Amino acid sequence: MSKSVILRSLVYLATGLTFFSLIGIVLYVLIGGIPYLSPELFSWNYNSENVSLMPSLVNTFLTVILSLVISVPIGILAAVFLIEYADLGVAAKSKIVRCFVSVIRIAADTLAGIPSIVYGLFGMLIFVTFFHWGYSLLAGGLTMAIMTLPVIQRTTEEALISVPMNYREGAFALGAGKLRTVTHVVLPTAIPGILSGVILAIGRVVGETAALIFTAGTVAQIPTSVFDSSRTLSVHMYNLSVEGLHTHEAMATGVVLLIVVVIINWLSELVANKIRPVK
Amino acid sequence: MMLKIILNKENIARFIFLAAAYVAVACVILICVFLFTQGVPPIAKIGLGDFLFGEKWKPSQNLYGILPMTLASIYTTVGAIVIGAPIGILTATFLSYFCPQWLYKVLKPMVNLMAGIPSIVYGFFGMAVLVPFVSYTFGGNGKALLTASILLGVMILPTIISVSESAIRSAQKSYYEGAVALGASHEISVFKVILPAAKSGIISSVILGIGRAIGETMAVVMVAGNQAIIPTDITRGARTLTSNIVIEMAEATDLHRAALIGTAVVLFVLVLIINLLFSVIKTRRKHV
Repeated sequence: MSKSVILRSLVYLATGLTFFSLIGIVLYVLIGGIPYLSPELFSWNYNSENVSLMPSLVNTFLTVILSLVISVPIGILAAVFLIEYADLGVAAKSKIVRCFVSVIRIAADTLAGIPSIVYGLFGMLIFVTFFHWGYSLLAGGLTMAIMTLPVIQRTTEEALISVPMNYREGAFALGAGKLRTVTHVVLPTAIPGILSGVILAIGRVVGETAALIFTAGTVAQIPTSVFDSSRTLSVHMYNLSVEGLHTHEAMATGVVLLIVVVIINWLSELVANKIRPVK
Repeated sequence: MMLKIILNKENIARFIFLAAAYVAVACVILICVFLFTQGVPPIAKIGLGDFLFGEKWKPSQNLYGILPMTLASIYTTVGAIVIGAPIGILTATFLSYFCPQWLYKVLKPMVNLMAGIPSIVYGFFGMAVLVPFVSYTFGGNGKALLTASILLGVMILPTIISVSESAIRSAQKSYYEGAVALGASHEISVFKVILPAAKSGIISSVILGIGRAIGETMAVVMVAGNQAIIPTDITRGARTLTSNIVIEMAEATDLHRAALIGTAVVLFVLVLIINLLFSVIKTRRKHV
């Protein structure tokens, strides 16, 4: 057997293994969970009889909204500063500006690398204990906001970089100031790229477990205020599977989670296809 | 007068943008302050040596040595890389140099889906499928270091695949063409010319994978067995740093609780070192 054939078969084998495991996981959850997707699972109130996932689904939605309301504006504004004011600004060549900018970038990179369990402990120490909010939607949402900030910031930076330079020059030539150029020309052009970052961040929050157990807690009810504990869908699935009493319901929850993830991926695909013509 | 107002508006905007940019820095500082002020004193109280290199974790007897957990984290991560890195890099090679266009349109979204699957779903799959499989094949009860390594190996695949793929694609196509023109086969050209050219990108994909693996919590808790003893056998259970926090935090008080925060500090420092490695490689790549 020649070397080429061996290499080629290795490549095929690895690819096969990758997609075999993915398909295995998806099929396992679908086959195991779909038969248990009963109407009771979607009843409005949770009790130990129906183990409804509806409150958790609503809580997931609330947590996503709350965290994105905070991280999206901050992330976008920060990226605008880094690209439009620092990298492309008049003072871009000055050493001090370069230094400040690299500190900000290092900070964002550090945030992106911190394990979710560390976020969970931090959120617990500051929001739950130090601010006395207890396990609450607000504590969970804020922790998720910090966790998703680097995602939004980075993807927005990428989106701003890909806005052609002559758009900015055109705006300046027409007499627009820096701010007007950014808000009326650069940002609208970058929207698809920013959106894909937002969708990525939604996926992060939906899939998060470790950080939310210690901040948002595990009460499976729809909160009446932001200071109530709220269990998200992933936490719900974790609780069901470690309790060991409701394995079938855990699988059914897994199906709902997978469906949410597929929808998120499909949306980001849709948005990504919109970006290409701009480039 | 008019000019002054416009100037002000620009300056206010600039200030808001600047302030937003510093939120990330503020968050990092806050995280450091809260973790270190609450995590370092207990480490000092237990003794740095006893904490880092103590072989026994028995909160009931006031023994807080995290060496078993640190070793378990390192072993599972190494295992995950041994399993995930070759498969991931080879799959990335397939996607960029062996894959027909129509198949790529199917496989690429699948890789993205793989990255999006929540870790709890991976954990559940591991618990229900991998644990019995490992138990059947290698003996033991299946909740083992090996099981965690296999599961983590699968979980880091999407990270390694997407970063390696973009590295392989950004390697000069003319290198490949040159190799083929000299008579090398397609496979040899890809493996001997393109992959070495994409080396630094591939290495950073592996480092990102290490970061993912060492930080993963829920999936590992569900399959690793979680015994707080020094791992001696890959078919026996082990407890990682992340699992240690998640398992005991709920009922911990006083020094025990503080020692768990200390565990998070160690984890945080480990991850910082990995990040540092990553950025060193990234900057070196830019210079080339």
